[in-house]
Amino acid sequence: MLRLIPLAVVLLLLAPIAAGTASILLAALGWAPEFDAKTIGLDMFAAVFKAPGIWHSVWLSYWVGLIAAAVSLGIVILFIAAFIDTRGFRLISAAIKPVLAVPHAAAAFGLLFLIAPSGFLVRLVSPDLTGFVRPPDWLIVNDPGGYAMLGGLVIKEIPFLFFVTMAALPQTEARRAEIAGALGYGRVWGWLISVFPAIYKQIRLPVFAVIAFATSTIDVALVLGPVNPPPLAVRVLQWMNDPDVNLRLTAAAGALVQLGVTLATLASWFALENLVTLIARMAAMRGWRGKKDHITALLAGASITLSVGLVLAGIALLFIWSFTGMWRFPHLLPDSWTTASWSAQGANIFETGSRAFVIALAAASLSLVLVLASLENEYRGDIKISDLTWWMIYIPLLVPQIAFIGGLSFLFLRLGLDGTLWAVVLVHMVFVYPYVYLTLADPWNAFDTRILAVARTLGKNVNNVFWTIRLPMLLRPVLAAFALGFAVSIAQYLPTLLIGAGRQPTITTEALALAAGGNRRLIGIYALIQTLMPFVIFALASLIPRFVWRERRALQAGGRG
Amino acid sequence: MTAQINKTGAGAGLVLENIEIFHGSAPLLCLDAEILPGQVLTLMGPSGSGKSTLVSAISGFLPRAFTCKGRILLGGNDITILPPDQRRVGVLFQDTLLFPHFSVLENVLYALPPGGSMQERRREALALLAAVSLRNLAQRDPDTLSGGQKARVALVRVLASRPRALLLDEPFSKLDADLRAAVRQLVFAEVARRALPTLLVTHDRSDADAAGGPILVLDS
Repeated sequence: MLRLIPLAVVLLLLAPIAAGTASILLAALGWAPEFDAKTIGLDMFAAVFKAPGIWHSVWLSYWVGLIAAAVSLGIVILFIAAFIDTRGFRLISAAIKPVLAVPHAAAAFGLLFLIAPSGFLVRLVSPDLTGFVRPPDWLIVNDPGGYAMLGGLVIKEIPFLFFVTMAALPQTEARRAEIAGALGYGRVWGWLISVFPAIYKQIRLPVFAVIAFATSTIDVALVLGPVNPPPLAVRVLQWMNDPDVNLRLTAAAGALVQLGVTLATLASWFALENLVTLIARMAAMRGWRGKKDHITALLAGASITLSVGLVLAGIALLFIWSFTGMWRFPHLLPDSWTTASWSAQGANIFETGSRAFVIALAAASLSLVLVLASLENEYRGDIKISDLTWWMIYIPLLVPQIAFIGGLSFLFLRLGLDGTLWAVVLVHMVFVYPYVYLTLADPWNAFDTRILAVARTLGKNVNNVFWTIRLPMLLRPVLAAFALGFAVSIAQYLPTLLIGAGRQPTITTEALALAAGGNRRLIGIYALIQTLMPFVIFALASLIPRFVWRERRALQAGGRG
Repeated sequence: MTAQINKTGAGAGLVLENIEIFHGSAPLLCLDAEILPGQVLTLMGPSGSGKSTLVSAISGFLPRAFTCKGRILLGGNDITILPPDQRRVGVLFQDTLLFPHFSVLENVLYALPPGGSMQERRREALALLAAVSLRNLAQRDPDTLSGGQKARVALVRVLASRPRALLLDEPFSKLDADLRAAVRQLVFAEVARRALPTLLVTHDRSDADAAGGPILVLDS
């Protein structure tokens, strides 16, 4: 049984992507029997490029994706280089943890409430400093340049990249930085040239995942992104949802163009990698010591603090708005408070919230079972997974969702599976499994297996040892991986919308459906619930092991277990 | 290296019959020996000489990079290809490797072979702990014990599983000198009392002398 697990995982991860991409390729060439289209040609691509403002949409996806990755990675590594092992560093590490659990959409809504012309930041300085008694006529959010969207992406990618970098740190010889320091190198530059190259090798795939996500984001774009024209992925989604069937075929071609844009962005990133390496090597060989790094450190520290602060303040604003009755500009706080919005939405919150909960619970539990089976299979067979396997696990995170989810929805339509709850769960698992695996693999493999050998010599068989020794001892990382999987599922927008065919509305699809309408009270409610659900699960995942093992010192947080 | 020692034919002890261990295709160790019940055979040698690999081979955990030829017999039964949990070969490692999620008592209960009422099992486990003066620590978190107490719990745990042979893989090397002698004495007393054929692997001469049995010296 266990030996069939790798095959099952390959099927789970790759089959939907392959089938979805193939189906979209056929549709893009004009062959989609479910829409009575059976001619092969390139008309659909021609239609994509004839759409007004299409090149601007392409450009938006490209540059926002590239810059979002560069800026968030830059801030994270400069911050770590400048502050690691300081008190401020531990402070930020603690504060950044809850931010990781915040769904992209909720973070984007929070940012919207902060930086909009009628938002909290303008209110903070109005009318005393600005003289505004009415919201200014600024195009801060949904700006045609995509800067607000860029900001929304950066504040959410920073915590992600921070955690993957920190996870790579213990496997790296961090004391090299001390040697660089002894040679007279500045703290930041010394760390960058002595420690960072080894770390970057390990976090390259996550960085690519950030690029793939940022170039094809839909949820952040719907909240903060330009409207006319929107970035490419949003346009593809609009075509896909259009009642005009011909536009769905255009959407298929557009999805492939999106895939091309993401690949082009990755290619540019490779070029950037080489350029940066070249310049850094030259500086290092010339013996540049980079001693004056105070301003760099200050900027990195300020940026990361600001980014964490913006997300947390945004969540607070979601909360405030959800209870707001009247809130006139430029008043800093609401004029009246009410629970009316909550009670009016009660039934729908319960329905969409519990559906999101069921989907996330199923996707995270099933993925966890598969991941445990994969890891146990690797242990029993003494298998060390290859680079190829790593790439395979990452593929769902490297292919833009719109490029295959659309095709998959065509396919499910053909098979009559569209709109079912289990189809949604299955497609969520494509994204949940990789995160659960990547979070659990390190602690699982770091486990001292001699303790299992001891149990075996005491007469326990290999299954007994799994259930009685390894699983309970690894309760903390196992639950943490489950919680992350749960959070990933809750945040899924596109798969829920397209595979659910609109018939499986969740808290997340409801929140984003509200984006265009601009009812801040409702947005506050839905985005807050969307944030709280994963937050509660993360809290439980951290409290349960602490409670269960409260009298077992070695298994307490920070212990050896 | 090759070693041969007092072979009497099939007996009640632990017989290592023409054991040859290879790392890949390179020969690492050859051994042909019988360890009688209650006897301690000491294997001495520097690290890399293959003594811990021999322990892995006898307990059933030979890493994939190694191969082992020959037969291992325990009490007349061939255990060469049995899975580790059916060999009834107990092992004490350098680290005590107590189960950190169990109490001291639970560590012992876990090791007791299945059967008997919970009351009987508790009584037996507590009696085993009392024999090494640990009766009053039964409910403790193993992580809160001293090094010597942990070593004694590990000994009780392995004895509770009723092994028919014992492998000692440098089990004293992490203990302080005075503690070391006491724990060593306790272990060898139990070996004699229970008539366990025992293989001790060490790089410490005083361990070998204290064992009182035949000594084989490996070179790397």
